Formats: sequence, C-alpha cells, structure tokens
Amino acid sequence: MHFHSLFQNFGELTVTGLAQGAIYALFALGYTMVYGVLRLINFAHSEVFMVGTFAAVLTWGLFGLDQDSATPSVGAVLLLLLAGFLAAALAAGIMALIVEMVAYRPLRRRNAPPLVFLITAIGASTVISEAVGIGTHRNVSSVPPLIRPSTVVQIGNTSVTNIQILIVGLALVMMVVLDLFIGKTRLGRGVRAVAQDPDSAALMGVNKNRVISLVFLTGGLMAGIAAVMYLLKIGGTRYDAGFHLGIKAFTAAVLGGIGNLRGALLGGLALGLAENYGSGLFGTQWRDVVAFVLLVVILLFRPTGILGESMGRARA
Amino acid sequence: MLLELADVSLCYGRIRALHGISLIVEEGEIVALIGANGAGKSTTMRAISGLRPLSGGAVRFDSTDISRLRADLRVIRGIVQVPEGRGVFPGMTVAENLAMGAYARRDQAAIRDDLEKVFVLLPRLLERKGQAGGTLSGGEQQMLAVGRALMSRPRLLLLDEPSMGLAPMIIQQIFEIIEEINRQGTTILLVEQNAQQALSRAHRAYVLETGRIVQSGTGKELLDDSAVKEAYLGVA
Repeated sequence: MHFHSLFQNFGELTVTGLAQGAIYALFALGYTMVYGVLRLINFAHSEVFMVGTFAAVLTWGLFGLDQDSATPSVGAVLLLLLAGFLAAALAAGIMALIVEMVAYRPLRRRNAPPLVFLITAIGASTVISEAVGIGTHRNVSSVPPLIRPSTVVQIGNTSVTNIQILIVGLALVMMVVLDLFIGKTRLGRGVRAVAQDPDSAALMGVNKNRVISLVFLTGGLMAGIAAVMYLLKIGGTRYDAGFHLGIKAFTAAVLGGIGNLRGALLGGLALGLAENYGSGLFGTQWRDVVAFVLLVVILLFRPTGILGESMGRARA
Repeated sequence: MLLELADVSLCYGRIRALHGISLIVEEGEIVALIGANGAGKSTTMRAISGLRPLSGGAVRFDSTDISRLRADLRVIRGIVQVPEGRGVFPGMTVAENLAMGAYARRDQAAIRDDLEKVFVLLPRLLERKGQAGGTLSGGEQQMLAVGRALMSRPRLLLLDEPSMGLAPMIIQQIFEIIEEINRQGTTILLVEQNAQQALSRAHRAYVLETGRIVQSGTGKELLDDSAVKEAYLGVA
C-alpha cells in the first residue's frame, strides 16, 4: 500500500475523483428516476448515454471538425460546446423515450411480470449498442480538441483544470435545476405522486404514461450532458462506451439510495472519490475493486443506500 | 341520473369479482353500498373510477358511456374517488397533497378559492399544512384524502370505507363532514362496512353479497329490514 502516494497526491486525487463522480451522478439520475417511478432498472440507459456521445461527435463533425483540427477561437468553442451539449441531450432524451415506448410500454399494457422487463432491457441495450457498433465498424470516434486542459487554480501541488471546473460546475447546476423541477413544480409533483402511489395519482387526474415519458426524457437529457463531459475528459467514444460507465453510474445510484435524486449526486461523488483514493493507495489496477468493495460494505450497513429511497418518501 | 352501472362484471384473472351489478345514483344523493368483506364493494368503486377494466356491462356518467375511459380522464369529467386506505401521498406535505387534488385544473384563482373552502370545512388541515402526509393520524389522513378529492371539484365523490380504522368519535365527525359536502351540492357514493352509520346517513342504499346486489331501498327501509339487521347490524 502506498500511503505516501495517497497523502502526496490527496488533493489531485480529490479533484479528479469529484470530476469523475459528477459524471457518474448525472448518468445515475436516469437509473434512479426510472426506478423511483416504475421500480424498473433500465439497463438500456447505458446505451442512451452512448448515443449522446455520438450525437455530440457527429454535430462537431458537421461543423467540419475532427481530432486533427486546430483548437478554434474562444467564441467558436463556446458555440460548439453549446451545440454539442444540446445535440447530445436531445439525442439521448429521444433515445430514452424510444426505449420506453418500444421496450417497456407494450409490456406494461399487458401487465407483464418484472423479470420480463429485465430481459427486454438487456435486449434493448444489446440492440442499440450493436447497431452503433456495426454502423461505426467498432472504431473509436475521437473528439476535436475543443478545450486544451490547462490549470486554472493551483493550491500546493494540487492543480484544477478548466475541464474539471466545467464538469463539476455544470453537473451541480443541472442537479439543482432538476431538484427544483421535481420538488417545486406541478409536473414534478405529478412525478412524485406516481412514485409514491400510482393508483392514487391516477385518481387525481395524473396521466401515468405521460409522467413515465417525462421521467425517461429527463433521465436521457441528463445522460446526454454527462456524455459530453465524458468526451471532454476522455477525448473519444466507442459503441461500448456506455457499458462500463453505466455499471458505475448504476452503482452510484444504488450507493446513494436508488430512487433518490440527491442520493445519485452523493453516490456519484462518493464513488468517484473512493475510486481515486483507492487507486492512489493500491495502484490504478485496483480502482474497480475498491469501488465495488465500498458498495458492498455500505450496503451491508445501509441496505437502502446512503440516503435511502425518497422520491417515494420525504422530499425528493 | 348522474351515474348508472348496467350489468357490470369484472374479473381479477380467472376470478370473477362482480357478477352483473346494476345500480344508479341520482344527482344530489348520498348512496351507500354495504356488504361484508370481499363482497365486491371496493371492486365496484374501482370499476366506476376506472382503476380496473370491466369484463362486461357499462358504466354511464351523465348519460355518456365511460366504460373504456382512462381513470385520469374520468377525474376531469368529475368522478373522484377517495381510495380505500386513503391513498395520501406520504412524502408530500398536506399543502402538496391538496395541490395534487387540483392537478388536472388550470383555473388558478378558483383553485385558491377552493383551497380556502377546504380549510374552512376541515380546519385541522390548515393547522397541519406543512406536515408530511405520512405523519398524520388516521383521522387526519382521511380528512386530507377527502379535502384533496374536493380540490378536483367532483360532481360525484366516491368514498371507499371512510370509517376504516378510525375511533368512533372520529367516525362521527367524518360522516358529519360527508353530509356537509353533500349539502353543498356534491353527489356521494359511499362504500361502508359500518352499515349503521352508512344507512342512517344515506338517502338510498344497495346491499352487495359475493359480487351481486341482493337488496336495495332507502336507508331507513334497510335499517328496519330484518335480514339486513341480522347480517350487517349485529341485531337478531
């Protein structure tokens, strides 16, 4: 164990952990919201994310940019980022809606048992990722160099880059917006009503299918934003980019308390930090081992996750 | 006639819970549906509010066939059910629960008026406004469920076992509130195991046994009926 390296790089590990965790958190929202309303793990959500990454890459391609382009001017970069975020969020949101309409809604109408939903979820996930895999010849699509990572803040030996600030800042803003939407608006009340008591919600005039669509759409939008953050951080994507990250995001959702929006934030950040401290302590090859041991240990003591489920209870 | 059930049957899987129920509710009435556990009272309510699809027969509201209409659209037409066990949203405050009652409405000014009326009728809800629904007592939850239903401006209010699990004094109070709501112009269909209370408050009543209506009459007639007395009022 490298206690020395952990302490030496503690600040650095914290910053990278938070940035990684912010991506997990936004990605996790889709799992947690759908679970809160339908008690369903939407395994195809990882592919929703993946579709978001490709939508951004394609959009930047439309502007004639690829990984060999020179870094555009500041104004152009801002516009390109905005276009990328919009395209990814829209594409991912629509993908999520399609998954719900094609894979889940017909089963709900027939009152299918929960296991059947699990199978169609895995099926939808495979179909989407394979279709993109075939379409892209399973190649990596790289991102134009929109933002060169540069240190903006330096404290001791800890440096914080512009990309890290963008990721964490934007993630926090999106979380607050979503939290207000679910907590304070009429539509948000409808979502919580369906999560807490679907029959009662219908008796209040809530159209359950509309709420479910809204939840898939919102989860998809958030995954799309996470997708662009991922691109800025990693620099490229592939047809299977959603798979591994999806497992992590799902873990973050469970860790924080699945069904709980703030839990997704907390779980995402906790997972990102644990991974990075773990790799500092034991070496990077141990990062996933540390993450999942942490999950098991926390669930042993708190089976409902750090915050417990709460779109059902208290304020989401 | 405001509501008519014509030969309604309903199945849960292979089990037939209702065998051709026919009943009517006139505008302005309080009608009670009494019967033992498992007689099909709550199922009848679900058939009317649309939570369960019919297997036969028709539900007509205001002389329109609504048998295939979704539950949330029946609310907009004016049929509002207070479900068995109240169905209060446990994680929402009293104020949010009441706002849920007006979910399908957009007339903000009228909603505010109605909220005030609900607070006048049920002052306890005003005291508990900021408290989570799940932390209320049983009687308060029942009041909240009734107040919430009123927020959707029902023409027909369906009450499923409003007295369930409540202390006798609270039951008395709940029934007084129900009568007051009726006096203010809302038609009420009421399902009750507490036959004594229900029959003495209702204009008319139906007796349900194993998914069939076996008797009907005015509340007073049924109170005096020897078969009803023996079966539901615990008097030989």
